[in-house]
Amino acid sequence: MAMKTSEDRFNQRVTKELDNQFMRGAVSSAQERFQTRRLQQAEELGHWEEWRSHGEEIRKHVLENLDYYLYQLSENVSKRGGHVFFAQTAQEATDYIQGIAKKKEAAKIVKSKSMVTEEINLNAALEELGCEVIETDLGEYILQVADHEPPSHIVVPALHKNKEQIRDVFKEKQGYKQSEKPEELALYVREKLRNEYLTADIGITGCNFAIAESGSITLVTNEGNADLVTALPKTQITVMGMERIVPSFEEMEVLVSLLTRSAVGQKLTSYITTLTGIKDEGDSDGPEEFHLVIVDNGRSNILGGEFQPILQCIRCAACVNACPVYRHVGGHTYGSIYSGPVGVVLSPLLGGYDDFKELPYASTLCGACTDACPVKIPLHQLIHRHRQVIVENEGKAPVSEKLLMKAFGLGASSPSLYKIATKMASPAMSPFTKDNTISKGPGPLKAWTEARDFPAPNKDSFRDWMKQRTKGGKS
Amino acid sequence: MTGTIQNRETFLANIAKQLGRSPKAELPRPTWQYQPQDGVLKDATKDELVEVLVKQCKNIHTDIVMTNTAKLPQDLQAVIDNYGGQSVITWQDKRFQDYGLSALMTTQWQQANIEHYEWNPQQPEENIRQAEKANIGITISEITLAESGTAVLFSSQERGRSVSFLPEKSIILIPKSTIVPRMTQAARWISEKVRNGENIASCINFITGPSNSADIEMILIVGVHGPIKATYIVIEDQ
Repeated sequence: MAMKTSEDRFNQRVTKELDNQFMRGAVSSAQERFQTRRLQQAEELGHWEEWRSHGEEIRKHVLENLDYYLYQLSENVSKRGGHVFFAQTAQEATDYIQGIAKKKEAAKIVKSKSMVTEEINLNAALEELGCEVIETDLGEYILQVADHEPPSHIVVPALHKNKEQIRDVFKEKQGYKQSEKPEELALYVREKLRNEYLTADIGITGCNFAIAESGSITLVTNEGNADLVTALPKTQITVMGMERIVPSFEEMEVLVSLLTRSAVGQKLTSYITTLTGIKDEGDSDGPEEFHLVIVDNGRSNILGGEFQPILQCIRCAACVNACPVYRHVGGHTYGSIYSGPVGVVLSPLLGGYDDFKELPYASTLCGACTDACPVKIPLHQLIHRHRQVIVENEGKAPVSEKLLMKAFGLGASSPSLYKIATKMASPAMSPFTKDNTISKGPGPLKAWTEARDFPAPNKDSFRDWMKQRTKGGKS
Repeated sequence: MTGTIQNRETFLANIAKQLGRSPKAELPRPTWQYQPQDGVLKDATKDELVEVLVKQCKNIHTDIVMTNTAKLPQDLQAVIDNYGGQSVITWQDKRFQDYGLSALMTTQWQQANIEHYEWNPQQPEENIRQAEKANIGITISEITLAESGTAVLFSSQERGRSVSFLPEKSIILIPKSTIVPRMTQAARWISEKVRNGENIASCINFITGPSNSADIEMILIVGVHGPIKATYIVIEDQ
């Protein structure tokens, strides 16, 4: 699946998702649980603001010195027998990985969860060669069996599906005969995938944090699937976004502590694994061959510019879990594998404004995302900045906003017109007004009032009120 | 054997260009303004750390047994019985003898009809086959993190990764002397090894309880791809 997950227009996606009652219930209860657990963990840890500041300073330092750390990483991976391939584009990355699959005559490939492989559309490239590609994260596996449905949450990809729907997917596609109990569904997947790990030719992972000083990669999971993906097949390929790197184990530890608390409210997830190079001599498990593919795919264009802070992201989805817009529209509305506030900022940068120009408007700019971010990315400011760029440089403001601004500009530029307009506002809107609010506005107001009420214009304008006040001394 | 590196120069030159400078060849270790991690459980004694560990085990669905070397064989056996016995895979590790487990692992298990397989570097394929069919895997923690309830395993040719992942149940022996406040201390210890030029284990596992998932309706399921059940046995060793 590439970054773009839908051909529907943004408004069509919004309308469709707002009608999905199960999804909306699931998302709001998930948000509450995630938020509560995150806040509990932050409180229990103590000095959370200091932790966030430390996370921020580490991420900033790494971005400022990214070339140095990537050099060090590649040297150290190579010393431990791993191959490193720097890929400027998605195409270069998938070509290289296709090359390995061909050389290994790979029939079966197991994968653990990775956003960057989704971004570069790796599965399709491998399936093109005739390889069977199996996602092993439970949520990702469910979506894969369900005809490659797109993920709706960065951490819980199948959040939009209920257990009955999941049971039916397995029943229809694989003849599953048991109940919809989550334990039974998980046990079924455990047994089904066990044999796949043992017989796969290649294991593919993402990378939470690469460690420059030791040439290691760090994988964070609860299910243990990444460990089986890397312990059993003879060849391991790890794909990382080029910014996912830290200087040493000491900084990895800090970011992992922030990640697991912010993502799932755990002190640590069940499995944090650091893998260094190929297996050691005499080891029975672990890969004989290891390839690290470091992907740019548009990230370097962000570097050095005003959107650079988004590269601090550690993909915890705390911003997604805090976002009131995500709560109502769910992940699929964003039309990108990256949803929620991080997706709003990142998708137009990596995928272009043409496909994602509406996303910066899928925000109330309330700043809840910025507060939740464990590495202090000023998310709502970046979202606001996107809007400015869209209006100023791209000329792509949504039509209703353009009309509204044009009318306001015309009216506001002439004192007499402004006066008439403010006087007229109240009577002009009166047919739409009930109890001092407008809930079905005309023209440019329609998009606003579809989602919420608009206060009716006051009968007196501020200027009139002021005049009265200065005249009478008191109001 | 060193691996190949492709396309590095142009890739890094482009990054440096974006950052508005020439590529950096040297950089001292950064100094940080904030260091909140040092304050966590700073003054806790070993016994207080054990208390933290015991409490945390409740959150991570892990049983914990406190014992000493004298009582270890019988306490370990009790856990194995509770897990249904049958078959056990262990690392090839001298520490099992040091903890006085030789008699248990050889004669006693044989008598009780418990199959024991010891990891053998000479038989790589058989190792995986045995780990896959074993009911219980036993490993030993190198450094143990009280705050999160985490055991840390280092792989080697005698200590296969699969022993802690493939069997349905996992037992991890935790020498009390290995308990530290949190991941900070483990990370520093490993960093020191790296800076001393040591080759760190190709696989370091920070394991916190059995595998789990909340991918279906956010309902917690304990036991997914890795072990379904886990027990820590803390051994008083000082």
